[in-house]
Amino acid sequence: MLTAILIMALGAVVLGAALGFASIKFKTEGNPLVEKIEAILPQTQCGQCGFAGCKPYAEAIAAGEADINRCPPGGQEGVAKLADLLGREITPLDAEEKPKQLAIIDEHTCIGCTLCIQACPVDAIVGAAKQMHTVVSALCTGCELCVKPCPVECIRMEVIGESLETWKWRYPIFEIKRAS
Amino acid sequence: MLQLFKFKGGVKPETHKAPSLQAPIAKAPLPEQLIVPLHQSIGGVPQPLVEVGQHVLKGQRIGAADQWVSAAVHAPTSGTVIAVEPRLAAHPSGLTTASVVIAPDGREEWIDRQPVDYHTLAPERLREHLRDAGVVGLGGAVFPSHAKLSAAKSVPMEELVINGAECEPFMTCDDLLMRERAEEIVRGITVFRDLLEPRKVLIGIEDNKPEALQSMREAVARLGVDFTVTAVPTRYPAGGAKQLIRVLTGKEVPASRRSPEMGVQCFNVATAYTAWRALAFGEPVISRIVTLTGNVETPRNWETLLGTPLGEFIRLGAPKPDTDRYLMGGPMMGFEMPGLEAPLVKASNCIIAGSPALFPPPAPEMPCIRCGACAEACPHELQPFELYWFSRARNFGKTQEYNLFDCIECGCCSYVCPSHIPLVQYFRFAKSEIWARERDKNQADAAKSRFEFRNERDEREKAEKAERLARAAAAKATEKPAAEKPAATVPAEETPPANAPVDADAAKKAAIAAAMERARLQREAAQVKNTDNLSTEQREEIARIDARRARAPAHQAVEQTDVAPPPAQEQ
Amino acid sequence: MTFTTPPYLTQDVSVRRIMLHVLAALVPAIAVYVALIGPAVLVQLGIATLVALLGEAAMLKLRDKPLALFLGDGSAVVTAWLVALAFPPLAPWWLITVGTLFAIVIAKHLYGGLGQNPFNPAMIAFAVCIVAYPSLMSQWPPVDAGNGIGEQLALIFGQAPRLDAMSGATPLDALKTALKGADSGLTVASVLDNRAVFGHVGGKGWEWVSLAYLVGGLWMWQRKIIGGQVSAAFLAGMALIATALWLLHPDQFANPLFHLVSGGTMLGAFFIVTDPVSGCTTPRGKLIFGFAAGLLAYIIRVFGGYPDGVAFAVLLLNICAPLIDHSTQPAIFGMKK
Repeated sequence: MLTAILIMALGAVVLGAALGFASIKFKTEGNPLVEKIEAILPQTQCGQCGFAGCKPYAEAIAAGEADINRCPPGGQEGVAKLADLLGREITPLDAEEKPKQLAIIDEHTCIGCTLCIQACPVDAIVGAAKQMHTVVSALCTGCELCVKPCPVECIRMEVIGESLETWKWRYPIFEIKRAS
Repeated sequence: MLQLFKFKGGVKPETHKAPSLQAPIAKAPLPEQLIVPLHQSIGGVPQPLVEVGQHVLKGQRIGAADQWVSAAVHAPTSGTVIAVEPRLAAHPSGLTTASVVIAPDGREEWIDRQPVDYHTLAPERLREHLRDAGVVGLGGAVFPSHAKLSAAKSVPMEELVINGAECEPFMTCDDLLMRERAEEIVRGITVFRDLLEPRKVLIGIEDNKPEALQSMREAVARLGVDFTVTAVPTRYPAGGAKQLIRVLTGKEVPASRRSPEMGVQCFNVATAYTAWRALAFGEPVISRIVTLTGNVETPRNWETLLGTPLGEFIRLGAPKPDTDRYLMGGPMMGFEMPGLEAPLVKASNCIIAGSPALFPPPAPEMPCIRCGACAEACPHELQPFELYWFSRARNFGKTQEYNLFDCIECGCCSYVCPSHIPLVQYFRFAKSEIWARERDKNQADAAKSRFEFRNERDEREKAEKAERLARAAAAKATEKPAAEKPAATVPAEETPPANAPVDADAAKKAAIAAAMERARLQREAAQVKNTDNLSTEQREEIARIDARRARAPAHQAVEQTDVAPPPAQEQ
Repeated sequence: MTFTTPPYLTQDVSVRRIMLHVLAALVPAIAVYVALIGPAVLVQLGIATLVALLGEAAMLKLRDKPLALFLGDGSAVVTAWLVALAFPPLAPWWLITVGTLFAIVIAKHLYGGLGQNPFNPAMIAFAVCIVAYPSLMSQWPPVDAGNGIGEQLALIFGQAPRLDAMSGATPLDALKTALKGADSGLTVASVLDNRAVFGHVGGKGWEWVSLAYLVGGLWMWQRKIIGGQVSAAFLAGMALIATALWLLHPDQFANPLFHLVSGGTMLGAFFIVTDPVSGCTTPRGKLIFGFAAGLLAYIIRVFGGYPDGVAFAVLLLNICAPLIDHSTQPAIFGMKK
């Protein structure tokens, strides 16, 4: 009886020590889940999810405070990826899916107020006070955050069309059905 | 006799080459309009050099290479530029591409053609010359040739392989070029040899072209060069660069390496020909030999101006009434032209008129039965059925594990598949999805780092502003008792009280002056001084340091320059 | 946008063509079999084919797949023929029906149909039935019983009592049973001397059926329908262990040639382990798969409780096939040592 208790106690001590050692040795900095979620989010920083950027949204998802279907730029594919990562159910996107867009400033109308420059989360608009502004299209994430602040409504969003550089080969058509 | 090696896999489709071999190369007549896409090679998109309404001469540069891997394009004839706009591209997508549209004036007026003696040119100048003459790989890949004409630094160039195999069925343009213009090809090869300095030059021609072999051998003998002209067994895709390199040298170049790293480089015969024309005659690449064959009354090879619309070109062969499509390239790797308005470009080696009889509609796709025929046919020894499985399931990570990017899309697997699965199509789909994802990922990462940097900067600015305000408040607090003291104790150079309105302008000016002075000092500090009397070692050291600084990550540079808040943000 | 995809040329090959070749390769063996046993074999083939096609059609309908395309591919008929040839020729009609249905409905379509089955359907049918109806599946008619067509039909359709007329066993079984009664002190040689059951090298008559399978298999190999590596490895595996044991104890173990021409060895080698869907696909994997199956088939047939071991050996290897494939991926172009 006593031996059994001793053996069990010894086992508990050894295992406890091993676990304690492992938790120190393999300690991870920060929350790896947040990073994984953030890697799936499109980083448009548009705030359409109701959070101030992709990272806050990722933190909210990780904490279980937000649904995974609130990122329109990520689209339904993004929802599916998040669901896969988190083991949650795939839910329909809580907004309309939009194609990728690009902000364009009508340079004739622009009065150089710098409001859009301040609104841009990724510093993709250049210009100076009383000077015409323009969008650096390679850096624009299409978040639309610059559209509202413009006092003269000179910013429009344009869908990025397919070009020869971005054109993709399509998924092969299944011909089985047609043949029958 | 050269020892030949074998590559695994491959197929032997019927060649269909005879019809277009009956007649010699003919010069295609001048079309009514020429549509010259600016982007006709791999690499950067050339910038247009001409405007609408401008008169151009034959051979005039109309698009300049915008980076090292890029090649110029030229006006194929003299005439007037009537448009610089997006036009239907010779591309399976049916999308448009920036093109220069020229209305020929019929005079075929050349620019001042300047032959160059390439021996007198520095290798660097020679490469630039080829780039500006628009010399690209004419086998179909259109990779700018000048960018392939440097040997790897650490590996000596051992073999230069010249590709005259032309393994695709129907295609005969290289065959006829070798029969009729062998000498100029061989002279072009000499240029490549002089630039790369290989130990051996091997010219590989499939053994179903005895006339071309004969003609090339004679040309090599006539010019007294020690190139080896070798017949290689006819088996598709023996004309793939990697396969021909394997057959002639025994070296296998995987997707992860470039051939110069293994001491070998490969060029097409037509590329050598155009390189010679560009040097010896000053003629840039404005035309190429195009095979017109398939379902036409008079199949033949035509020397055709680049930019000739497909519709005008096919009239030369009189397509039969049941023609339902036109393929560009061979039937194994080519694609269906999106329309008759699409132009012929540098990559257009062959146009095949197709009919339901010639290319029957594909049989319905059946499930894969894992018979392994595709794996046996694959010249890169991949497992296409596994790749198919994962591509179909959009499991792109797995496709890469199974070496998707080693696939050269030769079509052998689809050719032998008993289930009629469009395997190559699945692989192309998977590849372009992976590329798109990579692009998106890179963009997202860049956006993220910019966003984070901006947030950091905002925070810092806020903190700085708060600190400034706190300092100002503190200053005010100490100023008050000072102001109560008699005025005589105040030093003469002390700034007047901030609330004095008259001096506000003066203060601003002083601040600007101070800022300018600071900037000047900074500039001076950054400038290298005393550089006049330096030893060579010191100079080298400085050069090394400068190079290292130039290499420093871009975002660091951004951080440094952004320390002063941008003017727009200052309030 | 309609979409055409290269290559625009294709070889004249199809699943149907492959399956028809397999059926044609079975014909010589069927002919010998019929000559040996009688028309009962054809009746069983007929029942199996009919049931297989009906089962296939029903499943295709349920799964909403094109009927003509898949019924015409011939894969169901191949499965049916293999089931019929693996089952005792005088088994009752419902036994072959149950087996065939199991093969088509459960082993094939419930896993996703053509190309998706992890196990060989015909071997699943055999395994299920031999576990469920061991006695019926072990009753093989003596080769020269001389029952007429009427008697055979009566047996198949349950109109005659299943008695001594067909209480025989396969030569393999006969040998095993004889040796198991070990007290008898019999040796292999003395058992094989029984000319009523055994012929020149294998079972009397059965050796000719095996030869016909071999002929059919070699023809398929010559027509490049099968690669031949798996078959060769399978035969090698069986021959190796048979030779080793025979050399050690010639009294207790039959000679390798006997094993190669007995039971399902030749059928298995050329028509079962060659099934690409459930087998291995890499060059080395094929060799491992075939060799291990041959080895295992011998062990099960000699030391196990069942009359033959091919079915279980193949099924066990089917489970291992993905693992073998995964660990034997060949080096690709340019990546070889």
